[in-house]
Parts: sequence; C-alpha cells; structure tokens
Amino acid sequence: MKEININTPLTLDKVKNLKAGDRVYITGTLYTARDAAHKRLVESIKEGKELPFDVKNSIIYYVGPSPSKPGEVIGSAGPTTSYRMDDYTKDLLNLGLKGMIGKGKRSEDVVKSIVKNKAVYFAAIGGAAALISKSIKSSEIIAYDDLATEAIRKLYVKDFPAIVVVDSEGNNLYNIEVQKYKK
Amino acid sequence: MRKIRVEEITKEVSKMCIKANCDLSEDVLKQIESFKENEKSPIGKDILEKILLNADIASEKQVPICQDTGMAVFFVEIGDRVNIKGNIKKAINEGVRQGYKDGFLRKSVVKDPLIRDNTKDNTPAIIHYDFVEGDKITIHFAPKGFGSENMGKLKMLKPSDGIDGVKDFVLDTVNKAGPNACPPLVVGVGIGGTMEKACLLAKKALFRDLNSYNEKKHIKDLEHELLLKINDLGIGPQGLGGRTTALKVNVETFPTHIAGLPVAVNLNCHVARHLTVEI
Ligand code: SF4
Repeated sequence: MKEININTPLTLDKVKNLKAGDRVYITGTLYTARDAAHKRLVESIKEGKELPFDVKNSIIYYVGPSPSKPGEVIGSAGPTTSYRMDDYTKDLLNLGLKGMIGKGKRSEDVVKSIVKNKAVYFAAIGGAAALISKSIKSSEIIAYDDLATEAIRKLYVKDFPAIVVVDSEGNNLYNIEVQKYKK
Repeated sequence: MRKIRVEEITKEVSKMCIKANCDLSEDVLKQIESFKENEKSPIGKDILEKILLNADIASEKQVPICQDTGMAVFFVEIGDRVNIKGNIKKAINEGVRQGYKDGFLRKSVVKDPLIRDNTKDNTPAIIHYDFVEGDKITIHFAPKGFGSENMGKLKMLKPSDGIDGVKDFVLDTVNKAGPNACPPLVVGVGIGGTMEKACLLAKKALFRDLNSYNEKKHIKDLEHELLLKINDLGIGPQGLGGRTTALKVNVETFPTHIAGLPVAVNLNCHVARHLTVEI
C-alpha cells in the first residue's frame, strides 16, 4: 500500500496519481460541510448565487465537530456517513470539487460523476474523532453560522490521515477488500 | 419508602453523559483488543489500532471519543419502594442539558424532524421507564450515534420463517449497512413482542455488557452463531475488509402473538458507549 503526502489545492495531476487503497496525508485547506450545509450550497448553485468558498480543486470534509474546549482549535472531528450527501454531490463535482472525505458507500451516480469529473473519494476512520482532530491546526467558520456544528468551516490541516476509497477511474476499495476476506 | 430527590438524578445524569462519551468502557476496549490480535487484514488491523489509540486520547484529554455524541437514550428502572421528590423526566432532561454543555459534547437534536431546527442542548432525551422491585433507581444510558442508528431495520416475519428467517434478516441488515455504521459493530437483535417491542428489545440488547450472554441456551447459541456468520461477511473494520465486522451480537426476546415473528436489528458502532448508575 502506497503512502502519499498531498497538498491542497487538489489539482488534476494530483488526483490522477491517487489509486484506491493509497494511504494519504493531506496538508492544506479543507472545507467542512454536512447535511444542512450541502442543502444550502446546492440551493445557492440553483439560484445562481455565489458560494461561500471556491469549490474548484478543493476538498470537502463531511464533519460536524463537537464544540472545542477552551484553548483547543476544535473538538472531536471524525467523518460522518457520506451517502446522505449523495443527492447534492454531483452539482459540486460539476463545479470542480476534487475531493471528498467521509465514510461509507457512495451511490452509483456519485461514483460515475467522480469518474466523469476526475475526482476522488477518501475515507477517514469513523469514530476516531479525537485522533483525527490532532491533525487540525486551525478552524474558522466561514458560512452558515446559524447551523452551529453544521456550519461551513475552513480548516487548516497537517498530515490529515485518509485512505483513497474511490479513485478517478472508479476503482472502489470497499468492493476490492471485502471480497478478500469473505467466506 | 426511600426518598430520592430529583436534583440527585440530574447530577448523576449530567456526569454520566460526559463519562460515557469520553471513556469507552472496559468490555468494549477488551473486545477490540482481542479481535485486533486475530485480524488478518493489514488495513483492518491498522484501523483497530487507531481506534484503540483514539480511545486513549479521548479518555486522557476528556474529549468525546466520537464527535457524534448521539441522541441520549435511557432505560430507567424505578424500584417500587422509591419515592421520587419531583419530576423524573424533567430531571433527566436537565441532566442531559447540563452534561452536554459542561462536557463540550455535540448538540445533535433537531426540534422537528421536517423543519430541523437544532434544540441546541441535545434534549429531549429518549427515556424508557420500567418498574421493578426494590428501593433504588437504576439508570442505563447510551448516547446513540446515527451513523449506525440509520442502518437499523425491523421486519415482521411469519412464524414459518423461523430461526433461519431471523438469521437471514440479521445478516442481510449487517451486509447492507457495510461500512456505513462504522464497523466493527455491536449488533442488537430483538425478537418477539409487537412491532415497537421488538425495536425496544433490540435497543436494550445494545445496553448489555459485551461479556454477557442471553440466559436461554438456544438464544445464547444464536448470539454465538450470528457473530461467526457476520464475521464471515468480510466487511471488516470500517468496511475496508477483514475478519472483524462485529464485536458481539446480543439478542433479547419476548413472548409474541400466534401470527407473528417480529425481528428488529439495532446496530451500534465500535464506539459502543453504555453506562449504568444506581441511585
Ligand atoms: S456511527 Fe458511531 S463511530 Fe461512526 S460516526 Fe456515528 S457515533 Fe461515531
């Protein structure tokens, strides 16, 4: 299994280099968005409004962190289940979103759109939220403040650990690995 | 009659909310540890190691093990020789309010399922009451994350579907959940009763210690067999392949109607938080 360090922005050349099963350490900017923020983002796209951040070549992290304790950058911040974002994902990929970090299966439609737009889907370890938080160095709410944990945050991360699950050719690590251990 | 003041209940509940969310209980930690030793998948083994490391960090820093600190679910057993001074439902909800605030836990509850405004204090709690003999109140608490909750299922089987029907349904539910419920899982199964009773049994099963078995021999055997079969699915830690898909299967049963065989499956993730306090 390859280990790859990547820096944001996640440009096409970097995406093409990533294969299902690669372990990655991401350094740079991630934007957080989960259910409610996705709904608003896609409504804005439909209404032709400007989005709170430039989606092109960016990575969205599906997370709703717990509140930060005094003196901490952020609370616990592990991934949430991705399929709930599936209905909104195509619109973002079409705008040039290149990476998504979450956990769990994506719909066939989303996988097709990942291949078409040459993007990548990463998984982080669901439930390893205190560990993952250690790689988050700064956090700032940039939109939808009223959504509290669901607001959009701009995170600066250093060596954020994830694994490539669906690569830009549509290889799917969930299917590949489970076959090996099925009896 | 023993008098118990509701303030005492609030105080205990508040502490329980924080403890359950920051300190993973020994039974769960031990089970992950022992499965890790036998995990054949390198990715799977690495994930189990990280999960244990995460639990250490959370406990040491007293931060939530998982950011989804759940909806607060309680089973409360009230002794028949207890005289509660005040309103217990309000007291428990107040405890949740305080615990989730003081513990920096995430507030994940929306007021209306369709309008979806956050209540901002993680209330209301889901509380189930039972009345027992004795002069104590026993409070069982589990913060229930929804990654796993969303993958639960209920099926009203026919009596002729029998035990094989039950097994197929449990396996199918776990298989369809795949990586979504954050495996390795704890699988709660409720068999019998009515529609809602089966669901309640499945939830109650998740509150049981991972070292416990159902007292009935045929149900204990079923727990054992289901665990082996689930781990043969190959789903593995986080659904990325391996032999550790579930840490334990707990089954609870109840008498049912001549025409029915309700079965409910309630899944819990590896952050299988549960805590009991006696007052
Ligand atoms: S399913 Fe469990 S481990 Fe996974 S995100 Fe939810 S609460 Fe956390």
